[in-house]
Formats: sequence, C-alpha cells, structure tokens
Amino acid sequence: MLEQLQAIEEEALAALEAASDEEALKAWSSRYIGKKGAVTQVLRGMGGLPAEERPRMGKAANEAKVRLEAAYEQRAEQVEAEALARDLAAGAVDISLPGRTRKRGGLHPSTRTLRRFYEIWGDMGFQVYRSRDVELDDINFTALNIPPHHPARDMQDTFYTTDEGVILRTHTSPGQIHAMRELGADGTQPIRVILPGMCYRYEQITARSEVQFHQVEGLVVGRNIRMSDLKGTITEFAKRMFNPSAQVRFRASYFPFTEPSMEIDVECFLCAGKGCNVCKYTGWLEIAGCGMVNPVVLRNGGYDPSEWSGFAFGMGPERITMLKHGITDIRYFWGNDLRFLEQF
Amino acid sequence: MLVPVSWIKEFVEIDIPVELLAEKLTVAGLEVAHLNYIGLPQETVDGVRWPESHHLVWDREKLVLGAIREVKPHPDADRLVLAMVDYGGDELEQCVTGAPNLFPYKGKGALESPLWTAFAAEGAEVWDGHSEEPQRMTLKGRKLRGIYNKSMVCSEKELGISDEHEGVILLDQQPTTSDGRPYPAGTPLQDVMGDVVLDIELTPNLARCFSVLGVAREVAALLDKPIRQPSYDFIAEGAPIDGQAAIQIHNAELNPRFTLTLLRDTVVQPSPEWMQRRLKLVGQRPINNIVDVTNYITFEIGQPLHAFDYDKLKARAGGNTPTIITRLPESGETLDTLDEVSRELEPHNILVCDTAGVLSLGGVIGGAETEISDQTTNVLLEAANWNFINIRRTMQSQKVFTDAGTRFSRGVHPSQAILGVGRGIELMRQTGGGQIAQGVIDEYPQPPATITIDLHIAEVERLLGMALPIDDVADMLTRLGFELTLKSEMMRVTVPDHRMDISDDPVVGQADLIEEVARIYGYDAIPNTIMDDAMPPQWENTALEREEATRDLLVALGLREIISYRFTTPAREAVLVPAGGKPAPWADAGYVTMANPIASDKTVLRHSLLTSLLESAVNNQRYQQSQQIFEIGAVYFKRTGETLPQEPRRLGLLISGERGLAEWMGDQAPGAFDFFDVKGVVEALIDGLHVDGVTFQRTAHPSFHPGRSADMVRDGVTLGTFGELHPLVGRAFELKSPAFVAEIDLDGLLTASNADFKSRSLPITPAVYEDIALIVPEDMPADDVLNVIRQAGGDLLKDAVLFDVYRGASIPEGTKSLAYSLTYQTDERTLKDKEAASIRKKIVKAAEKRLGAKLRG
Ligand SMILES: [Zn+2]
Repeated sequence: MLEQLQAIEEEALAALEAASDEEALKAWSSRYIGKKGAVTQVLRGMGGLPAEERPRMGKAANEAKVRLEAAYEQRAEQVEAEALARDLAAGAVDISLPGRTRKRGGLHPSTRTLRRFYEIWGDMGFQVYRSRDVELDDINFTALNIPPHHPARDMQDTFYTTDEGVILRTHTSPGQIHAMRELGADGTQPIRVILPGMCYRYEQITARSEVQFHQVEGLVVGRNIRMSDLKGTITEFAKRMFNPSAQVRFRASYFPFTEPSMEIDVECFLCAGKGCNVCKYTGWLEIAGCGMVNPVVLRNGGYDPSEWSGFAFGMGPERITMLKHGITDIRYFWGNDLRFLEQF
Repeated sequence: MLVPVSWIKEFVEIDIPVELLAEKLTVAGLEVAHLNYIGLPQETVDGVRWPESHHLVWDREKLVLGAIREVKPHPDADRLVLAMVDYGGDELEQCVTGAPNLFPYKGKGALESPLWTAFAAEGAEVWDGHSEEPQRMTLKGRKLRGIYNKSMVCSEKELGISDEHEGVILLDQQPTTSDGRPYPAGTPLQDVMGDVVLDIELTPNLARCFSVLGVAREVAALLDKPIRQPSYDFIAEGAPIDGQAAIQIHNAELNPRFTLTLLRDTVVQPSPEWMQRRLKLVGQRPINNIVDVTNYITFEIGQPLHAFDYDKLKARAGGNTPTIITRLPESGETLDTLDEVSRELEPHNILVCDTAGVLSLGGVIGGAETEISDQTTNVLLEAANWNFINIRRTMQSQKVFTDAGTRFSRGVHPSQAILGVGRGIELMRQTGGGQIAQGVIDEYPQPPATITIDLHIAEVERLLGMALPIDDVADMLTRLGFELTLKSEMMRVTVPDHRMDISDDPVVGQADLIEEVARIYGYDAIPNTIMDDAMPPQWENTALEREEATRDLLVALGLREIISYRFTTPAREAVLVPAGGKPAPWADAGYVTMANPIASDKTVLRHSLLTSLLESAVNNQRYQQSQQIFEIGAVYFKRTGETLPQEPRRLGLLISGERGLAEWMGDQAPGAFDFFDVKGVVEALIDGLHVDGVTFQRTAHPSFHPGRSADMVRDGVTLGTFGELHPLVGRAFELKSPAFVAEIDLDGLLTASNADFKSRSLPITPAVYEDIALIVPEDMPADDVLNVIRQAGGDLLKDAVLFDVYRGASIPEGTKSLAYSLTYQTDERTLKDKEAASIRKKIVKAAEKRLGAKLRG
C-alpha cells in the first residue's frame, strides 16, 4: 500500500508540472488532494489493514497530502505569475503614440513677467501701487519736472486727447506723484512701492516699438535713502532676475524726474558678455532707467527735499520678456495669436 | 552728434585709446552709439566692449602722404594726366589719373610747391571709387591707355573719408604734427589724417555738449586735463562798424542778445581743404567759405551764426544804414526760406527783419533774399541768442529742423554770441580775405544773472551714501569749469555760463552739482549698500490679489489670457449692437478720444472688452478649432463734468468651437461648446471667488442671443452678462462658429468676493439618497422647480442635483420631466427611510400645488 501511495504522489507531481493554467490546476487539485481525490481514497482503503499498521500508513498518507498541497501552492503562484507576465506583454502599447490632448489654460507672457517683478520686489518690501491710464498733463509731465515745451518732452511722444490737458500716460512715473500724495501723509511717511501699468507712446508700430506697453516703476522715499542704496537694490534685483553672477553697469543718463539719473546695463545673459546680435555686439543689455528722485518731484509730492530723499527706477516687462524668451517682434504681445500665447 | 576725435584734440590732450575714451564718455552720460573709424585700426582695451568694426584700415606702408611734384600730360589721352608723386622713395612714382582737380597743373613743369595728397602704392587696399556699393579693391599694375600704372593718388571715397570722388585729395599745405613739425612725404596716412568719429547721442540736459568744444570740456574733466580755448580775437583793420548797421530788439524775452560784425571786400570761394574735411566728417556739405564758417562755428563752439550779404541789406534800406529789427510777425507776413519753402508765419515765430520786411526766421533758418552768393563782397555776420522754448515751438509748428535751431532749442547762453561773432568773422577773413570793420554792434538788453550755489559737503554724503573729502569734491567741480570758494564744510560754487542745466534753486542746484560729482567720480565707484531706512507701513492690496486670483482661476478652468490694444474706434464698437437692438450698457458714456490718433483703427479708448475678444477669435479661427480666452483690463468711460474718465476693470471671456477634438484613439469627440459651457465657467468663477447671492436673469444686453444669455445680478446690481453672442454680431465679425462670451464688472465681482468664507465640517452620519422626477410645463424655469424642492425639503434636504431633462413620447406634449437626485442628511441623527419618504411626499405635494407638476411614475 505504501508503494501505491508513492506511485500516486509521483504521478501527481508529474501531473502538477504539466498543469499550466488555472483550470488544469483546479482539475488536478480535485483529482489528487480533493475530498474525493486519490490520496483520500488511499486513506479510505486503510480499513483493510492490520490495526498496528494503520497509524504508520495514516501518517504517511497525511504527509504525502501536505507535500502535494505545498507543491500545489507553489505551482499555482508560478502559473499566476506566468499568466500576469503574458498579460503584461500582450498589453504593451506604442509609447511613441501621442497622448490625449489636454488643453491648458495659461497666463499672458507679460503677466508672467509682471508677477515675477511683484515677487522679487515684494520680497524686498515693495508693495504694488496702481494708478490711472488717462492722466493730466500736469501730473504726467509738469509735476515730474517736465514743464510745457521742455526739450525733455521730445523724449516721449504723447497721445493727446480731445480734452485740453488730458493725455494717455507716457510712463508710470505720474504714479510717483499719486503715491507720494496718497501714501506720504503730507510728506511724513516713508514709501516703498512698485507701480506697474500700461503706458502709451505715439510711435509707429514696428517689430521694436509699440503704442502701448507695460512699465514697472519703483519708488522709495525715506529720511536716509542714498544713491548707494539705489545701486545696491537694483543690483540685488538684477542678480535674482537674470543671473546671480551678472555684472551690472551704471551709466549716467537723463530723466527730468531723477537726479542723478542712470541707465542700468546688465551683462548680456545670452552671450555671457561676449557679444551677440541681441546685445548688438556690445555685451550689455539695457534693462532699466533709474535715479535719485529729483528735489522738485519730492516737493511736488509733498516732501521737503532737504530732509527726505528717494530713488526711483523704471523697467519694461515686455522688453525683459523678449530678452528672456528670444522674442524678436514686440507686436506678438498684443497680437493675441494663440500659436504664440500657447507657448507660455 | 558726430564729433571727430582729431577735432577734440585741438582743445584737449587725449592720451588713452579712443575705445576707452568712448566708454568713459558713455558711462558719464554722453552715450557713444558708434565709432566711425577713418583709416585707423580698432584697438582692444581690457574691460571695454565695442562691436567689431568692418572699416578699411589704411596700410601703414602702402598708404602714405604723397607730394605731387609735377603733373604731365598723358601722351595719348586728353582726359588723363601723369602725376609725378614723391612718396618718400628714391624716385618719383608716375600715377595715371583722370582727377579733374589736377588739370590746372598740367604741363606747368616742376611745381614750385608740391601738391600734398594721399598716395596708394601697389598692393594697397582701398575702396573702389567707381562702385556704387562699398567694395574693396587691391591695387595691381596695368596699362592705362598705353602707360603702365601700379599705384594711385586717392579720392576721399577711395579712403573711406566721404563719398567725394570728384577729384583726388589735395591738402592746402604740407601737414604738420600737433606741435607744428611738418610731416615728410611717405609718412603713413594713418598719422596724417586717420581719425575716429564719435557718434554721440545727447540727452536734453546735455545742451552744453552740442559742439566739439562742449565735448572737449567733458573729456578734459574726465581725463583731468586742461582745456585749450579757441581764439575769439579778430584782426580788424577796416573802418569802424559804428553807423554801418543798427539793431532794434522788440522782445528781449524772446531775443536776449543780438550781435553783428562786418567784413568788407572779401572773396566768396571754396573753403580750405581742412575745413571742408571736418565739415564732411560731421555730416555737413561744404558750400563756400562764408557759409562753411557759419557751420564750422556752430559745430565747433555751439553758437550758430548767420551771414547776410551786406549790400543786399543796404539796397533794401534804399541805400541807407540797414536796421535789423527782431520782432514777432504782423498778420499775413510770409517768408521764403533757404530751403525753398514759402512760409506763412505764425504769431509766435520770432523774426529777424529790416525796414523792408522779414529777413529770416530767428535762430532757425535764413531767408533766400539776403543770402550769400558768389558775388557777395561785404558780409554782415550775426550771432544772436534766442529763447529756447520759443525756438522749439517754431521748429515744431513750421516743421523745420536745422543745426542752428536744434542748438538754440536746447539752450545756448547769450554770452556765447560775442565769442561766435568774433571767431566767425576772423575765420571768414582768413579764408576769403578782406578787412574786418573795427568793433562789434552788440545789443544785450537782458544779461542773465550768474548763478552761485552753496554746496554743503554733508549733502554729498546724504545723497550719494559715501563721504568724500571736500578737496576731492572741489577738484572734480573745478575740472568741469566751476569756480569755487571753499569754506570748512561748504563751498560757494559759481556756475560757468555754458552750464545752463544747473538750477538757481538752492536745493535743486545742490542736487545738480552732486550729480556732477557722482558722474566724474564714476558711478561704478560709488558703493552698493542695502537700505537701512525705516520700512514703510504695509497695507492690504486686495484689489490686486483678487485680480490675480481670478486669473489663476480662469487659467485652471483652461482659459488662455490675452492682452489687447486698449484703442478702438466707435465704429468697431458699434458692431456689438445689431441694428434695432437696445442700447449697450455703456451707451451713456462718452469716449476718450485721441486728438492725434496713430492709426484709423485706434481713435478712442474702448468701452468694452468684447470687440477685442471677438477680433482675436476671428484672427485665430483660421488655425484653431477651439478657443477659450479671457482678458482682464480697464475700459474707459468719459462722463460729462469730469476731467478724467472712469477706468473700471473688466473681465471678458470667450469660448468658441469644439470642446475637444477626435483623436487617433477613436474616442467620440465631445461636441461643440454651448451656452452651458460659458455658464459653467461663470459658476466656477463665482464659486471660486466665494461670491454669494448671485442670481441669473434674462438680459437686455443687445450683443447677446436673447434666449441664451443672462445677467449676473447681486443685490439688485448687474455684475455682468454672459451667454451666446447674438448671431447678427457674430456674422458682422465673420465668426465661423457661435461664440459664448461674458463681460463682467471685475471691480464689482471682486468687491463681493468673500476671502474669509467659512468651511463646512464633514458629515458624521450616513445620508439617505433618493431620486425624483417631476413633469412640469415646458416653459417653466428649472430654478423655480429647484426653489420649490428646496423650500419643501427644509433643513433635512442637504442637496438636490438635476441629472436629467426629458421630453418625449412618454409624457404629455408641452411638458418636460426634470429628474433630481436628492440627499437627506442631518448631523443630529441617522435618518430613517420613513423620514425621508415623508419629506419626499411633502416635496411632491408642494410641486403639485405650486407648480402644477406631476410626479413621473
Ligand atoms: Zn549678447
């Protein structure tokens, strides 16, 4: 009888090896280790054995069953793994096919740059102050030390409206006057703001010039604001905006509302200062104008210029966006062609 | 402005490379835009970046100073001569040339004094004088009408000095070094006439630099070198000027000074070569010595001059002493100016006249009648001063821009007139001969006061952020020509006449001087510091923050931001209102109208964002099957009685085309956008901004489809309108597919936004869910049904969501079935099905009673 058991076990193990799917495994299980399976049959047939042989035989049969069950578990796992492997192989896709289109919303490139300005200047304590687009000539020019017929008016071609003395602001600088008068509390409070906004110039629209463009002006007024602060502050900004090791050059210039006035050049980040067509082979990119607030302007803002001082700067988000992203035509900004905008 | 370095060197020594000088000038505010090299090589200077120049560099061996000793006839050609040139070699070189300016010397034998010229030896590279386009060529030997030739004498064009190719360069005399030693034949041409012309862009504050001398003063200050003034003396050997002319100034405000000198018995002829060459380098065309001198002085010291033919003036005065009168025009007066324009004079145009009428537009342009001609022998020279604002107005209104006017319009000090008139008349005498009348006629009714400023050394530190020794500050100001007396902590500064940019206001004047100190000290040398001033008080900026949050919301909803021109035309906006439509919401506002529109499609500022949204959609529809765009920006409403317009912020958005596209995966395309897409965006916006209490009502806005549009109303105020664009408007814009648009009062919406909204806790008991379908009349708004369900459901009804609208055979005609899924829940206890059933019964009953609805079985 032991031989019979041994034969069954051998047969069962061989059959298990051949079972290669779930169905065959199920059939094997009921045939060999199920309630009516071959091993059970052997146990049932023990009735005809002498009583002293029964325990030995019973133990052998049980051990065989345990072995077969373990072999079954192992085989079942293996079959399952093979089946999974087959499924995975069969389920592969061509990953080079395009994905399902997800239309993405997005901000206008000017807004993106404006936000970057808000962020960097905000970290330095500058809050955003906005003022109107349609301005009084008096605020846009005269209060900023540009009296009527002053040669400096030639620097800014102006849109005049049919109302005498009402123009479209040519720069965000009139915001300096508004900010000083509104926030300065009659020249008693310090100020640290940036003034973003749309400005307008009477210029032919070309790849390089537009009739409307954003400007971001900065204004600091305090009891102890020095030109060295202006240089330090602008340099910090340039390092964060462009490149931590960017070289910055301050060049004397002229704006009627600041004195001393300067243009700020930053080492061309496209060619590392070696010279390219964007920087016109000078190695420098002009990024902003700035200066110490002219005493006349401080006075017009309600401050006593012998006690208070300040600095101001102005930069063009579109110009900086163009430099950063290699945009060669400023008309793209208000052209609203989605093929351009969707790149941002 | 063009300034040759060789000319600057007449007034100041320059011992650094031109490239470094240009960098120093640029950093000091005289922005050098270009360097135009004449024959000299470009130098590389450490730390200075200049674009590479592609000019002709004169070979030091092959392009040299030549002396023509004889001009022989060509044996076989009348139109050619043989120039025998001493180029410093052992023998004379024979050059075949057709230069017309050598023909007067043809066949005269050996010349007593040689003709000094530019000689190019075989192998030299020059510009091709016959080529229209700039083209280089290398000299090679060849026969010219039978005579072998391998070198040449050069024209200015061949050397790249000017476009002049009429004749070869002939110097007036043997050229010399700056200390007067003559250059021998064979000297490299680079040393004799090599030059660099600085092209400087001058800002309005730099009127003082509008001359070679003015730039030289800056160079002297920057390089710490002395300035050499030109001579303003003249040799007057003629009878005195007294009684030869008179001056009457009628308006001293507009004409503070007028001076005259007289040159008799002179000859009008071409200017000397050196003067012509300099004038050409600064962009002037030489005419004759008299006119050239007026231009030369204008460019040299910045004082414009004007020369009259004295005899013509005398004839106009009927043989009497001419009287020069400066005055404003009488009505109807006209003037024919030198540029051959007949001008109608305007009331503010200051004029130079005589007793017979108008002579010239003062300080701007002369009249044709008394101009210098070849026959002129007696020259009356004017140097005057004019009010700069008035000259600006005249140039702009008369649209005439001259070198004289440009300088006067920036500001010239009246003290310069007397210098210019003296130096000018002497140069005319030197170049044309004659006798200068003794004396000057000088009317100077309004000499301006000399400005003095007290500069406190503490102010320098307060504004620049660094302490400078008072002696250093004094030194820098002295270098710039300021005169000063020093006290311990203060200096009294006297401003030189040419510094008209320094204010006489004590505080502003100090700032002006401190700027000069900073400029000469060098902006790069001033330290960088971090502000240690008090931080100003911070304030809330919700308007901006919420505007940016709105942008983020719309972007998250898949919309793309656009920014449009804020200009439009009334006609373009009129397209938004179809014929016969109700007036637009902005109809009662006026337009901000440009007095000088730049283009016919940009005459006013917009009232609405819709036009630019629709125009963008039209432009994009060629490339895009689907568009979802928005714009945030101001519109401009002009109100009567207010000087400045209102500038409310608007949010506009537009959705058009396909919601999605069929792709290779074979999914079904989701179809075209409709009203409910734009409503979905509006609802998400309201939800995202936490604006409570907005209801939707049919709108009267004429730009919208009357049946598929709504106003957003809150507390009785319309916050905006959205829906399908009126088909007539879409057609007028030539839109290919329906557009779903919104225009919202952003200020109103954001004011209603509740940033401190309260959140709800999560439920702690299970909910009971149930569906209900009600049959109601077709025209009943879904909102009415929902309101009844909500009211009848009471507090226990947590939510009611419409999930189906059915019309069809299984319900009566003229009705629709609205199916809602209802959620019942309370935190107080777990609801039993029985409770839910009784609420449901209440809802059905209310719907039957108040809406005439029937439960769909
Ligand atoms: Zn570059």
